[in-house]
Amino acid sequence: MVGTPAPEIASVTTAASGPVATAKSETKALSFFYGGFQALKSISMPIYEKKVTALIGPSGCGKSTYLRCFNRMHDLYPGNRYEGQIMLYPDNTNILNPVVDPIEVRMRISMVFQKPNPFPKSIYENVAYGLRVRGERKRALLDEKVEDALRGAALWDEVKNRLNDLAFNLSGGQQQRLCIARALATDPEILLFDEPTSALDPIATASIEQLITELKEKITILIVTHNMQQAARVSDYTAYMYLGELIEFDATDTIFIKPKIKQTEDYITGRFG
Amino acid sequence: MPTTEHLSKQFDVDLESLRSRMLQMGGLIESQILAAIDGLYSGNLHALEQVIENDRRVNGFEVSIDNDCSHIIARRQPAASDLRLIMGVSKAVTDLERVGDEAKKIAVVSRQIHESGRLQVPRLGDIRRAGGIVVSMLRKALDAFARLDAVAAAEVIRDDAAIDEAFRGIMRQLITFMMEDPRTISTALEIVWVARALERMGDHSKNMAEQVIYIVKGTDVRHTTFEDIERKASQ
Repeated sequence: MVGTPAPEIASVTTAASGPVATAKSETKALSFFYGGFQALKSISMPIYEKKVTALIGPSGCGKSTYLRCFNRMHDLYPGNRYEGQIMLYPDNTNILNPVVDPIEVRMRISMVFQKPNPFPKSIYENVAYGLRVRGERKRALLDEKVEDALRGAALWDEVKNRLNDLAFNLSGGQQQRLCIARALATDPEILLFDEPTSALDPIATASIEQLITELKEKITILIVTHNMQQAARVSDYTAYMYLGELIEFDATDTIFIKPKIKQTEDYITGRFG
Repeated sequence: MPTTEHLSKQFDVDLESLRSRMLQMGGLIESQILAAIDGLYSGNLHALEQVIENDRRVNGFEVSIDNDCSHIIARRQPAASDLRLIMGVSKAVTDLERVGDEAKKIAVVSRQIHESGRLQVPRLGDIRRAGGIVVSMLRKALDAFARLDAVAAAEVIRDDAAIDEAFRGIMRQLITFMMEDPRTISTALEIVWVARALERMGDHSKNMAEQVIYIVKGTDVRHTTFEDIERKASQ
Protein backbone atom coordinates (compact mmCIF):
# COMPACT_ATOMS: atom_id res chain seq x y z
CA MET A 1 0.00 0.00 0.00
CA VAL A 2 3.06 2.23 0.24
CA GLY A 3 2.98 5.08 -2.25
CA THR A 4 -0.78 5.50 -2.58
CA PRO A 5 -1.22 9.15 -3.52
CA ALA A 6 -2.96 11.39 -1.03
CA PRO A 7 -6.37 12.60 -2.18
CA GLU A 8 -6.87 16.18 -3.22
CA ILE A 9 -9.48 18.06 -1.26
CA ALA A 10 -10.73 20.72 -3.57
CA SER A 11 -13.46 22.46 -1.59
CA VAL A 12 -11.05 24.38 0.62
CA THR A 13 -9.73 27.81 -0.26
CA THR A 14 -5.99 27.66 -0.89
CA ALA A 15 -4.02 29.13 2.01
CA ALA A 16 -2.35 32.43 1.19
CA SER A 17 1.05 30.83 1.55
CA GLY A 18 1.97 28.76 -1.45
CA PRO A 19 0.38 26.26 -3.80
CA VAL A 20 -2.37 23.73 -3.05
CA ALA A 21 -1.12 21.41 -0.32
CA THR A 22 -1.35 17.63 -0.32
CA ALA A 23 -2.96 15.82 2.57
CA LYS A 24 -0.68 14.17 5.12
CA SER A 25 -3.67 12.75 6.90
CA GLU A 26 -7.38 12.61 6.33
CA THR A 27 -10.09 12.08 8.90
CA LYS A 28 -13.10 10.24 7.53
CA ALA A 29 -16.42 10.27 9.40
CA LEU A 30 -14.70 10.05 12.79
CA SER A 31 -16.96 9.64 15.81
CA PHE A 32 -15.63 9.10 19.29
CA PHE A 33 -17.42 7.88 22.42
CA TYR A 34 -16.39 8.20 26.07
CA GLY A 35 -18.48 5.22 27.15
CA GLY A 36 -22.05 6.30 26.35
CA PHE A 37 -21.18 9.93 25.62
CA GLN A 38 -20.49 10.85 22.01
CA ALA A 39 -17.73 13.49 22.05
CA LEU A 40 -17.04 13.64 18.29
CA LYS A 41 -19.73 13.48 15.63
CA SER A 42 -18.64 12.29 12.21
CA ILE A 43 -15.66 14.59 11.71
CA SER A 44 -14.20 14.64 8.19
CA MET A 45 -11.29 16.89 7.27
CA PRO A 46 -7.79 16.79 5.83
CA ILE A 47 -4.53 17.65 7.58
CA TYR A 48 -2.22 19.15 4.97
CA GLU A 49 1.42 18.20 4.77
CA LYS A 50 3.97 20.66 6.18
CA LYS A 51 1.22 23.07 7.12
CA VAL A 52 -0.09 24.17 10.51
CA THR A 53 -3.73 23.33 11.13
CA ALA A 54 -5.39 24.96 14.15
CA LEU A 55 -8.41 23.53 15.96
CA ILE A 56 -10.50 26.22 17.65
CA GLY A 57 -13.80 26.21 19.48
CA PRO A 58 -15.27 26.76 22.95
CA SER A 59 -14.42 24.50 25.89
CA GLY A 60 -15.97 21.06 25.56
CA CYS A 61 -16.30 21.25 21.76
CA GLY A 62 -14.13 18.17 21.29
CA LYS A 63 -10.98 19.70 19.88
CA SER A 64 -8.63 18.09 22.43
CA THR A 65 -10.53 14.82 22.12
CA TYR A 66 -9.97 14.94 18.37
CA LEU A 67 -6.28 15.77 18.80
CA ARG A 68 -5.80 12.84 21.14
CA CYS A 69 -7.30 10.43 18.60
CA PHE A 70 -4.22 11.09 16.46
CA ASN A 71 -1.86 9.33 18.79
CA ARG A 72 -4.35 6.85 20.20
CA MET A 73 -4.24 8.34 23.69
CA HIS A 74 -7.83 7.31 24.30
CA ASP A 75 -6.74 3.66 24.13
CA LEU A 76 -5.38 4.10 27.65
CA TYR A 77 -8.88 4.12 29.15
CA PRO A 78 -11.46 1.32 28.94
CA GLY A 79 -14.88 2.03 27.41
CA ASN A 80 -13.63 4.53 24.85
CA ARG A 81 -14.66 3.78 21.29
CA TYR A 82 -13.78 5.10 17.84
CA GLU A 83 -15.83 4.95 14.65
CA GLY A 84 -14.52 6.06 11.27
CA GLN A 85 -10.94 6.43 10.15
CA ILE A 86 -7.88 8.64 10.44
CA MET A 87 -5.79 7.85 7.39
CA LEU A 88 -2.08 8.56 7.41
CA TYR A 89 -0.39 9.09 4.06
CA PRO A 90 1.56 8.20 2.01
CA ASP A 91 1.25 4.62 3.29
CA ASN A 92 -2.53 4.82 3.61
CA THR A 93 -2.64 3.48 7.15
CA ASN A 94 -5.78 3.87 9.26
CA ILE A 95 -4.14 4.74 12.57
CA LEU A 96 -7.32 3.85 14.47
CA ASN A 97 -7.22 0.29 13.20
CA PRO A 98 -6.78 -1.93 16.31
CA VAL A 99 -4.11 -3.98 14.56
CA VAL A 100 -1.93 -0.88 14.17
CA ASP A 101 0.49 -0.66 17.12
CA PRO A 102 -0.21 2.55 19.12
CA ILE A 103 3.48 2.76 20.09
CA GLU A 104 4.38 2.88 16.42
CA VAL A 105 1.68 5.54 15.86
CA ARG A 106 3.16 7.64 18.68
CA MET A 107 6.62 7.41 17.11
CA ARG A 108 5.19 8.86 13.91
CA ILE A 109 2.79 11.32 15.56
CA SER A 110 4.22 13.05 18.64
CA MET A 111 2.43 15.26 21.11
CA VAL A 112 3.27 18.34 23.19
CA PHE A 113 0.95 19.11 26.08
CA GLN A 114 -0.50 22.20 27.71
CA LYS A 115 1.87 22.26 30.66
CA PRO A 116 5.52 21.42 30.15
CA ASN A 117 5.94 17.86 31.47
CA PRO A 118 9.61 16.92 31.34
CA PHE A 119 10.59 13.61 32.93
CA PRO A 120 12.47 13.82 36.25
CA LYS A 121 15.69 13.19 34.40
CA SER A 122 18.51 15.17 32.82
CA ILE A 123 17.97 17.38 29.79
CA TYR A 124 19.86 14.84 27.69
CA GLU A 125 17.91 11.84 28.93
CA ASN A 126 14.58 13.58 28.35
CA VAL A 127 15.37 13.98 24.66
CA ALA A 128 16.98 10.54 24.31
CA TYR A 129 14.07 8.78 26.02
CA GLY A 130 11.98 8.00 22.93
CA LEU A 131 15.02 6.71 21.09
CA ARG A 132 15.99 4.45 23.99
CA VAL A 133 12.42 3.10 24.11
CA ARG A 134 12.83 2.33 20.44
CA GLY A 135 15.94 0.30 21.38
CA GLU A 136 18.65 2.69 20.31
CA ARG A 137 21.85 2.08 22.31
CA LYS A 138 24.65 3.65 20.26
CA ARG A 139 25.96 6.64 22.20
CA ALA A 140 27.28 8.48 19.15
CA LEU A 141 23.93 8.24 17.37
CA LEU A 142 22.03 9.26 20.50
CA ASP A 143 24.33 12.29 20.91
CA GLU A 144 23.69 13.32 17.33
CA LYS A 145 19.92 12.88 17.57
CA VAL A 146 19.71 14.75 20.89
CA GLU A 147 21.68 17.67 19.46
CA ASP A 148 19.54 17.73 16.29
CA ALA A 149 16.32 17.66 18.31
CA LEU A 150 17.50 20.40 20.69
CA ARG A 151 18.60 22.54 17.75
CA GLY A 152 15.24 21.88 16.07
CA ALA A 153 13.50 23.10 19.21
CA ALA A 154 15.73 26.22 19.34
CA LEU A 155 17.11 25.17 22.74
CA TRP A 156 20.59 23.84 21.93
CA ASP A 157 22.51 27.08 22.47
CA GLU A 158 20.90 27.58 25.87
CA VAL A 159 21.56 24.07 27.23
CA LYS A 160 24.56 22.66 25.35
CA ASN A 161 26.86 23.19 28.34
CA ARG A 162 24.51 21.66 30.88
CA LEU A 163 22.97 18.65 29.22
CA ASN A 164 23.26 16.64 32.41
CA ASP A 165 21.36 19.17 34.54
CA LEU A 166 17.93 18.18 35.76
CA ALA A 167 15.25 19.28 33.28
CA PHE A 168 13.23 20.87 36.10
CA ASN A 169 15.95 23.52 36.46
CA LEU A 170 14.92 25.05 33.13
CA SER A 171 12.41 27.91 32.89
CA GLY A 172 8.80 27.20 31.83
CA GLY A 173 9.42 28.23 28.21
CA GLN A 174 12.62 26.22 28.07
CA GLN A 175 10.88 23.17 29.55
CA GLN A 176 8.21 23.41 26.85
CA ARG A 177 10.88 23.63 24.15
CA LEU A 178 12.55 20.60 25.78
CA CYS A 179 9.25 18.73 25.45
CA ILE A 180 9.16 19.75 21.78
CA ALA A 181 12.74 18.47 21.38
CA ARG A 182 11.71 15.21 23.06
CA ALA A 183 8.83 14.93 20.59
CA LEU A 184 11.12 15.72 17.64
CA ALA A 185 13.79 13.19 18.58
CA THR A 186 11.92 10.25 17.05
CA ASP A 187 11.57 12.10 13.71
CA PRO A 188 7.77 12.21 13.79
CA GLU A 189 5.74 13.02 10.68
CA ILE A 190 3.05 14.93 12.56
CA LEU A 191 3.44 17.01 15.72
CA LEU A 192 0.37 17.57 17.90
CA PHE A 193 0.20 20.60 20.19
CA ASP A 194 -2.47 20.76 22.89
CA GLU A 195 -2.59 24.42 23.96
CA PRO A 196 1.22 24.54 24.10
CA THR A 197 1.52 28.11 25.35
CA SER A 198 -1.38 28.52 27.76
CA ALA A 199 0.97 28.13 30.75
CA LEU A 200 3.66 30.45 29.35
CA ASP A 201 4.34 34.18 29.48
CA PRO A 202 4.10 36.31 26.28
CA ILE A 203 7.85 36.13 25.53
CA ALA A 204 8.00 32.33 25.89
CA THR A 205 4.76 32.14 23.88
CA ALA A 206 6.31 34.19 21.06
CA SER A 207 9.35 31.90 20.97
CA ILE A 208 7.17 28.77 20.76
CA GLU A 209 5.09 30.37 17.99
CA GLN A 210 8.26 31.24 16.08
CA LEU A 211 9.41 27.65 16.55
CA ILE A 212 6.13 26.29 15.17
CA THR A 213 6.58 28.47 12.08
CA GLU A 214 10.11 27.08 11.59
CA LEU A 215 9.10 23.46 12.28
CA LYS A 216 6.43 23.39 9.59
CA GLU A 217 9.12 23.43 6.92
CA LYS A 218 9.83 19.83 7.87
CA ILE A 219 6.80 18.54 9.69
CA THR A 220 3.01 18.62 9.68
CA ILE A 221 1.52 20.36 12.71
CA LEU A 222 -1.90 20.17 14.35
CA ILE A 223 -2.51 22.62 17.20
CA VAL A 224 -5.37 23.07 19.64
CA THR A 225 -5.57 26.59 21.01
CA HIS A 226 -7.99 28.66 23.02
CA ASN A 227 -6.24 31.77 21.84
CA MET A 228 -7.84 32.76 18.52
CA GLN A 229 -5.16 35.32 17.79
CA GLN A 230 -2.60 32.55 18.17
CA ALA A 231 -4.51 30.41 15.66
CA ALA A 232 -4.58 33.41 13.30
CA ARG A 233 -0.84 34.01 13.78
CA VAL A 234 0.58 30.53 13.38
CA SER A 235 -1.80 28.42 11.31
CA ASP A 236 -2.35 27.94 7.58
CA TYR A 237 -5.69 26.18 8.02
CA THR A 238 -8.26 26.46 10.78
CA ALA A 239 -11.06 24.15 11.86
CA TYR A 240 -13.87 25.49 14.03
CA MET A 241 -15.58 22.85 16.18
CA TYR A 242 -18.69 23.07 18.31
CA LEU A 243 -20.38 20.39 20.44
CA GLY A 244 -18.35 17.60 18.83
CA GLU A 245 -19.05 18.68 15.27
CA LEU A 246 -16.76 20.24 12.71
CA ILE A 247 -18.58 23.44 11.75
CA GLU A 248 -16.11 24.88 9.26
CA PHE A 249 -12.67 24.06 7.92
CA ASP A 250 -10.84 26.43 5.61
CA ALA A 251 -7.69 28.45 5.02
CA THR A 252 -6.98 30.57 8.12
CA ASP A 253 -7.20 33.81 6.11
CA THR A 254 -10.69 32.86 4.99
CA ILE A 255 -11.84 31.85 8.47
CA PHE A 256 -10.62 35.10 10.04
CA ILE A 257 -11.68 37.53 7.31
CA LYS A 258 -14.69 35.98 5.61
CA PRO A 259 -15.94 32.75 7.17
CA LYS A 260 -18.73 31.02 5.25
CA ILE A 261 -20.76 29.83 8.23
CA LYS A 262 -22.53 32.25 10.58
CA GLN A 263 -21.70 30.13 13.64
CA THR A 264 -17.98 30.48 12.87
CA GLU A 265 -18.40 34.22 12.33
CA ASP A 266 -20.16 34.57 15.69
CA TYR A 267 -17.41 32.68 17.51
CA ILE A 268 -14.54 34.48 15.78
CA THR A 269 -16.05 37.90 16.48
CA GLY A 270 -16.90 37.18 20.11
CA ARG A 271 -20.66 36.96 19.61
CA PHE A 272 -20.87 33.41 20.86
CA GLY A 273 -23.17 33.24 23.83
CA MET B 1 -23.70 40.14 8.52
CA PRO B 2 -24.12 38.99 12.10
CA THR B 3 -26.97 40.70 13.87
CA THR B 4 -26.36 39.33 17.35
CA GLU B 5 -24.50 41.38 19.92
CA HIS B 6 -20.98 40.80 21.14
CA LEU B 7 -20.42 39.18 24.53
CA SER B 8 -18.59 42.40 25.34
CA LYS B 9 -21.20 45.16 25.38
CA GLN B 10 -18.43 47.76 25.39
CA PHE B 11 -17.24 46.41 22.02
CA ASP B 12 -20.74 46.98 20.61
CA VAL B 13 -20.74 50.50 22.04
CA ASP B 14 -17.30 51.22 20.52
CA LEU B 15 -18.33 49.98 17.05
CA GLU B 16 -21.65 51.82 17.15
CA SER B 17 -19.95 55.03 18.20
CA LEU B 18 -17.46 54.65 15.34
CA ARG B 19 -20.24 54.26 12.82
CA SER B 20 -22.38 57.07 14.12
CA ARG B 21 -19.42 59.47 14.19
CA MET B 22 -18.67 58.60 10.58
CA LEU B 23 -22.27 59.36 9.64
CA GLN B 24 -22.08 62.62 11.60
CA MET B 25 -18.97 63.54 9.61
CA GLY B 26 -20.84 62.64 6.41
CA GLY B 27 -23.71 64.95 7.40
CA LEU B 28 -21.32 67.83 7.97
CA ILE B 29 -19.69 67.27 4.56
CA GLU B 30 -23.04 67.14 2.82
CA SER B 31 -23.88 70.57 4.22
CA GLN B 32 -20.41 71.82 3.21
CA ILE B 33 -21.02 70.84 -0.45
CA LEU B 34 -24.44 72.50 -0.53
CA ALA B 35 -23.13 75.66 1.12
CA ALA B 36 -20.15 75.88 -1.26
CA ILE B 37 -22.36 75.56 -4.36
CA ASP B 38 -24.88 78.07 -2.96
CA GLY B 39 -21.97 80.43 -2.35
CA LEU B 40 -20.83 80.09 -5.96
CA TYR B 41 -24.24 81.34 -7.09
CA SER B 42 -25.03 83.86 -4.40
CA GLY B 43 -21.57 85.29 -3.89
CA ASN B 44 -22.20 85.27 -0.12
CA LEU B 45 -18.60 85.64 1.00
CA HIS B 46 -19.45 85.09 4.64
CA ALA B 47 -21.03 81.69 3.83
CA LEU B 48 -18.00 80.75 1.71
CA GLU B 49 -15.63 81.70 4.55
CA GLN B 50 -17.69 79.51 6.84
CA VAL B 51 -17.23 76.51 4.49
CA ILE B 52 -13.47 77.08 4.46
CA GLU B 53 -13.43 77.41 8.24
CA ASN B 54 -15.57 74.26 8.76
CA ASP B 55 -13.03 72.14 6.89
CA ARG B 56 -11.01 72.09 10.11
CA ARG B 57 -13.90 70.27 11.79
CA VAL B 58 -13.95 67.76 8.92
CA ASN B 59 -10.22 67.16 9.36
CA GLY B 60 -10.73 66.78 13.10
CA PHE B 61 -13.36 64.11 12.49
CA GLU B 62 -10.97 62.18 10.22
CA VAL B 63 -8.13 62.18 12.75
CA SER B 64 -10.35 61.24 15.64
CA ILE B 65 -12.19 58.41 13.80
CA ASP B 66 -8.89 56.96 12.56
CA ASN B 67 -7.61 57.15 16.10
CA ASP B 68 -10.68 55.23 17.32
CA CYS B 69 -10.07 52.57 14.63
CA SER B 70 -6.48 52.10 15.87
CA HIS B 71 -7.70 51.82 19.46
CA ILE B 72 -10.30 49.17 18.59
CA ILE B 73 -7.73 47.15 16.61
CA ALA B 74 -5.21 47.34 19.45
CA ARG B 75 -7.66 46.50 22.21
CA ARG B 76 -10.11 44.12 20.55
CA GLN B 77 -8.21 42.40 17.73
CA PRO B 78 -11.37 42.38 15.59
CA ALA B 79 -11.92 39.55 13.11
CA ALA B 80 -14.23 38.73 10.20
CA SER B 81 -17.11 41.26 9.79
CA ASP B 82 -15.82 43.42 12.66
CA LEU B 83 -12.40 43.62 11.04
CA ARG B 84 -13.94 44.45 7.68
CA LEU B 85 -16.05 47.18 9.31
CA ILE B 86 -12.99 48.81 10.92
CA MET B 87 -10.97 48.60 7.68
CA GLY B 88 -13.94 49.90 5.68
CA VAL B 89 -14.60 52.82 8.04
CA SER B 90 -10.92 53.77 8.07
CA LYS B 91 -10.78 53.87 4.27
CA ALA B 92 -14.17 55.52 3.82
CA VAL B 93 -13.22 58.27 6.29
CA THR B 94 -10.21 59.12 4.09
CA ASP B 95 -12.56 59.44 1.11
CA LEU B 96 -15.00 61.53 3.14
CA GLU B 97 -12.24 63.89 4.19
CA ARG B 98 -11.23 64.32 0.55
CA VAL B 99 -14.83 65.12 -0.36
CA GLY B 100 -14.57 67.77 2.35
CA ASP B 101 -11.36 69.11 0.75
CA GLU B 102 -13.13 69.34 -2.61
CA ALA B 103 -16.01 71.30 -1.01
CA LYS B 104 -13.46 73.67 0.48
CA LYS B 105 -11.81 73.99 -2.94
CA ILE B 106 -15.16 75.02 -4.47
CA ALA B 107 -15.58 77.61 -1.71
CA VAL B 108 -12.08 79.03 -2.32
CA VAL B 109 -12.59 79.24 -6.09
CA SER B 110 -16.05 80.82 -5.63
CA ARG B 111 -14.58 83.41 -3.28
CA GLN B 112 -11.90 84.27 -5.87
CA ILE B 113 -14.48 84.60 -8.64
CA HIS B 114 -16.75 86.88 -6.59
CA GLU B 115 -13.95 88.93 -5.04
CA SER B 116 -12.71 89.74 -8.53
CA GLY B 117 -16.32 90.57 -9.51
CA ARG B 118 -16.27 88.64 -12.78
CA LEU B 119 -18.96 85.97 -12.77
CA GLN B 120 -19.62 86.27 -16.50
CA VAL B 121 -20.14 82.66 -17.51
CA PRO B 122 -23.80 81.95 -18.36
CA ARG B 123 -25.67 78.68 -17.78
CA LEU B 124 -24.07 77.75 -14.49
CA GLY B 125 -27.19 75.71 -13.88
CA ASP B 126 -25.30 72.61 -14.93
CA ILE B 127 -22.97 73.02 -11.95
CA ARG B 128 -25.94 73.05 -9.58
CA ARG B 129 -27.38 69.98 -11.29
CA ALA B 130 -24.03 68.14 -10.99
CA GLY B 131 -23.86 69.23 -7.36
CA GLY B 132 -27.31 67.70 -6.84
CA ILE B 133 -26.13 64.37 -8.28
CA VAL B 134 -23.03 64.39 -6.06
CA VAL B 135 -24.97 65.17 -2.89
CA SER B 136 -27.44 62.42 -3.71
CA MET B 137 -24.59 59.94 -4.31
CA LEU B 138 -22.92 60.86 -1.05
CA ARG B 139 -26.20 60.60 0.85
CA LYS B 140 -26.92 57.18 -0.67
CA ALA B 141 -23.41 55.98 0.13
CA LEU B 142 -23.82 57.10 3.75
CA ASP B 143 -27.26 55.46 3.95
CA ALA B 144 -25.81 52.24 2.55
CA PHE B 145 -23.12 52.50 5.23
CA ALA B 146 -25.67 53.06 7.98
CA ARG B 147 -27.84 50.14 6.88
CA LEU B 148 -24.94 47.98 5.59
CA ASP B 149 -26.87 47.58 2.36
CA ALA B 150 -24.69 46.22 -0.48
CA VAL B 151 -27.40 46.59 -3.15
CA ALA B 152 -27.88 50.29 -2.35
CA ALA B 153 -24.09 50.68 -2.47
CA ALA B 154 -24.00 49.17 -5.96
CA GLU B 155 -26.52 51.83 -7.08
CA VAL B 156 -24.13 54.58 -5.94
CA ILE B 157 -21.42 53.05 -8.09
CA ARG B 158 -23.79 53.12 -11.07
CA ASP B 159 -24.59 56.79 -10.41
CA ASP B 160 -20.92 57.69 -10.83
CA ALA B 161 -21.39 57.42 -14.61
CA ALA B 162 -23.98 60.25 -14.41
CA ILE B 163 -21.59 62.64 -12.68
CA ASP B 164 -18.81 61.76 -15.13
CA GLU B 165 -21.21 62.56 -17.99
CA ALA B 166 -22.24 65.84 -16.34
CA PHE B 167 -18.56 66.78 -15.98
CA ARG B 168 -17.91 66.14 -19.66
CA GLY B 169 -20.99 68.24 -20.57
CA ILE B 170 -19.81 71.17 -18.43
CA MET B 171 -16.35 70.98 -19.99
CA ARG B 172 -17.81 71.06 -23.52
CA GLN B 173 -19.89 74.14 -22.65
CA LEU B 174 -16.99 75.95 -21.01
CA ILE B 175 -14.77 75.35 -24.02
CA THR B 176 -17.49 76.73 -26.27
CA PHE B 177 -17.84 79.88 -24.10
CA MET B 178 -14.09 80.42 -24.08
CA MET B 179 -13.91 80.12 -27.86
CA GLU B 180 -16.88 82.42 -28.40
CA ASP B 181 -15.87 85.10 -25.91
CA PRO B 182 -12.26 85.23 -24.67
CA ARG B 183 -13.33 87.52 -21.79
CA THR B 184 -14.86 84.48 -20.10
CA ILE B 185 -11.59 82.52 -20.13
CA SER B 186 -10.30 83.33 -16.64
CA THR B 187 -13.67 82.66 -14.97
CA ALA B 188 -14.30 79.57 -17.11
CA LEU B 189 -10.94 78.14 -16.05
CA GLU B 190 -11.98 78.58 -12.43
CA ILE B 191 -15.32 76.93 -13.10
CA VAL B 192 -13.35 73.98 -14.54
CA TRP B 193 -11.90 73.56 -11.04
CA VAL B 194 -15.38 73.51 -9.55
CA ALA B 195 -16.60 70.92 -12.07
CA ARG B 196 -13.47 68.87 -11.49
CA ALA B 197 -14.06 69.00 -7.71
CA LEU B 198 -17.61 67.70 -8.18
CA GLU B 199 -16.39 64.89 -10.42
CA ARG B 200 -13.81 63.89 -7.79
CA MET B 201 -16.52 63.91 -5.09
CA GLY B 202 -18.43 61.39 -7.20
CA ASP B 203 -15.34 59.18 -7.35
CA HIS B 204 -14.90 59.35 -3.58
CA SER B 205 -18.57 58.50 -2.98
CA LYS B 206 -18.13 55.52 -5.29
CA ASN B 207 -15.05 54.42 -3.30
CA MET B 208 -17.10 54.60 -0.10
CA ALA B 209 -19.83 52.49 -1.66
CA GLU B 210 -17.20 49.89 -2.62
CA GLN B 211 -16.17 49.73 1.03
CA VAL B 212 -19.79 48.99 2.01
CA ILE B 213 -19.79 46.00 -0.35
CA TYR B 214 -16.49 44.84 1.14
CA ILE B 215 -17.85 45.11 4.68
CA VAL B 216 -21.09 43.29 3.90
CA LYS B 217 -19.94 40.69 1.40
CA GLY B 218 -16.23 40.37 2.20
CA THR B 219 -15.46 40.87 -1.49
CA ASP B 220 -13.08 43.57 -2.68
CA VAL B 221 -14.82 45.09 -5.72
CA ARG B 222 -12.32 47.87 -6.39
CA HIS B 223 -11.02 47.91 -9.96
CA THR B 224 -13.68 45.51 -11.23
CA THR B 225 -16.44 46.03 -13.79
CA PHE B 226 -19.82 47.41 -12.79
CA GLU B 227 -21.49 44.14 -13.88
CA ASP B 228 -19.20 42.24 -11.49
CA ILE B 229 -19.97 44.66 -8.68
CA GLU B 230 -23.73 44.37 -9.15
CA ARG B 231 -23.55 40.58 -9.24
CA LYS B 232 -21.41 40.37 -6.09
CA ALA B 233 -23.56 42.91 -4.24
CA SER B 234 -26.74 40.95 -4.84
CA GLN B 235 -25.30 37.48 -4.12
